[in-house]
Amino acid sequence: MAELMAAGEEPEILFWVGCAGSYDERAQKITRDICKILHHVGMKYAVLGTEESCTGDPAKRAGNEFLFQMQAMTNIEVLNAYNIKKIVTGCPHCFNTIKNEYPGLGGTYEVIHHTQLIQDLINDGKLKAEGGESFKGKKITYHDPCYLGRGNGIYEAPRKALEVLDAQLVEMKRCKSNGLCCGAGGAQMFKEPEKGKKDINVERIDEALETNPQVIAAGCPFCMTMLSDGIKLKDKEQEVKVLDIAEITARANGL
Amino acid sequence: MVAQILFLVITLAAIALFTVNLRKIFRNIRLGKSVDRNDQPVKRLITMMRVAFGQSKMVVRPIPAFLHFFVYIGFVIINIEVLEIMIDGLFGTHRVFHGLGGFYNFLIGSFEILAFTVWAACVIFLIRRNVLKLKRFSGVEMTKWPKSDANYILITEILLMSAFLLMNAADAKLQLLGASHYINAGAFPVSQYLMNLLPSTESALVIVERSCWWFHIIGILAFLNYLPYSKHFHILFAFPNTYFSNLEPKGEFTNMASVNNEVKAMLDPSFVPAETEPGKFGAKDATDLSWINLMNAYTCTECGRCTSVCPANITGKLLSPRKIMMDTRDRITEIGKGIDQNGAEHQDGKSLLDDYITREEIWACTSCNACVEACPVNIDPLQIIMELRRFAVMEESQAPASINAMMSNVENNQAPWKYSPADRFNWADEK
Repeated sequence: MAELMAAGEEPEILFWVGCAGSYDERAQKITRDICKILHHVGMKYAVLGTEESCTGDPAKRAGNEFLFQMQAMTNIEVLNAYNIKKIVTGCPHCFNTIKNEYPGLGGTYEVIHHTQLIQDLINDGKLKAEGGESFKGKKITYHDPCYLGRGNGIYEAPRKALEVLDAQLVEMKRCKSNGLCCGAGGAQMFKEPEKGKKDINVERIDEALETNPQVIAAGCPFCMTMLSDGIKLKDKEQEVKVLDIAEITARANGL
Repeated sequence: MVAQILFLVITLAAIALFTVNLRKIFRNIRLGKSVDRNDQPVKRLITMMRVAFGQSKMVVRPIPAFLHFFVYIGFVIINIEVLEIMIDGLFGTHRVFHGLGGFYNFLIGSFEILAFTVWAACVIFLIRRNVLKLKRFSGVEMTKWPKSDANYILITEILLMSAFLLMNAADAKLQLLGASHYINAGAFPVSQYLMNLLPSTESALVIVERSCWWFHIIGILAFLNYLPYSKHFHILFAFPNTYFSNLEPKGEFTNMASVNNEVKAMLDPSFVPAETEPGKFGAKDATDLSWINLMNAYTCTECGRCTSVCPANITGKLLSPRKIMMDTRDRITEIGKGIDQNGAEHQDGKSLLDDYITREEIWACTSCNACVEACPVNIDPLQIIMELRRFAVMEESQAPASINAMMSNVENNQAPWKYSPADRFNWADEK
């Protein structure tokens, strides 16, 4: 972003990568695929790079409002300094926080999640599913991330991205507004679960596997971790792939 | 005349007692922190019409929705009949609305059918709870009293409807006998089948009819006074509760204004915050919660839809959103009682956190909003959990060690993991 600014240019959209997308090896792949899609459709985008910082979401959900607001205010200063208008995020948690909780602290932007961007691009005819891996007829089940689905009512955009694949979409018993959490939200990602009889991600994976999918589609790097761990535990890594919507889209377009 | 005076006295006493108890509940709710929910009145009204009147969130589970619909409609419509009973009781008239003619017959006929459906639904509800023992109606928080409460409500409704139908059956039989005072009015599609069960002499029938009449109306007044002590209070509070419910996206958590001033002052030394009274961060006790949270607690009818979709509860953790609501209600009621007995400044040394809700429960929450989504009357257990977490973290610095580690990473490395901020852009280098 700093380079664009120095060149006196403004991006069409800022890609907010997020901490998982920046550091987590698995999520980095998703990040690069989102970039490939942006590049593929010729959208002028920028990232903040090392100027990006945690949105404060995990701190807020853990109850640390101080830390959240410190992070938020710092980020808002950076975003406002670059005169950012529109943001796409690779993570539903960043999406929810910037979209809903930043405006009250002085940061108002048009914020979309990457699955919404993909939906828009498909609607505008800029993105199709051709020239790459064929998902035709493959059984795909989509896991709704809580902060995208129930948190913000976005159920259709990710499904739209899958519909163009001509794949066989199968819904889990608990889906959309009734979707079951992967177990990572509310800062659970960063701690061991409380005593219980089962881990939440295992409960979810059991349900996903009931649909006999070839692909489990995700839209959140934390869900990705939880679901991938579940698949590993069930020893189904060979048969079932857990892929982000962005990865599926990139593959389908041969990017 | 004696009967009329007796009726008046009983009715006034019942209403007075109910008012006293209702005022206590309002007082208890006002013990909560203020929060403004008077914006967007039109949207709020629509929400109330849809969710409370329209029962829109009940349909997710069709069987109880179907049964509950009859009980609900019965409750709303049979109350028109109560109006007639009131007038008859006060003025010594009998079936005062009979002048409506054919329409009156239609009304009474409809009430009878509704009364029967209410009766049947309540019987099925009792079977679901006590014979089929549906999982949703059990759990750590479903101790003796909540279970009895549910059964008392159902049995009372069954008795009230039975009395109503028997009263009509006796009345219909008296009308056939041409008894004086029992004018020919009403239609009896259900109670006609009960007529054979009744005695055939006029004097005995009058005793049955009058007994049922008194039982029905005193039962209703007694039930009204049972409401403030019961989960059944939802029949009244479902309406304000949905009206004042959160209209923002569920993922959005409130930004604490009290924290905002301190953060601004930290980031900008020249910032002088406006004078605010020093308060607690988050909630330790029920009085630290907002009045909305407390109204939520009084609205909860312990149906358990929240707990049955909670990922933590499903996988055997201690957390149960229904328990959060019940604990909040029990605690604020306890505080209210303490105030009644010992004055407004009374402290009993107990608190919602630890004495009612444990740390293990609040830290098991994934903040997934499934409980909020599932509640048929828009109760928000998540907000209470978050307020308790805020207290634990900001006032006590008592979080699980791994959460503390995550927060210190955010503070020092601008990410929840211990990576160097300088490496944040490295993803772009690897292919």
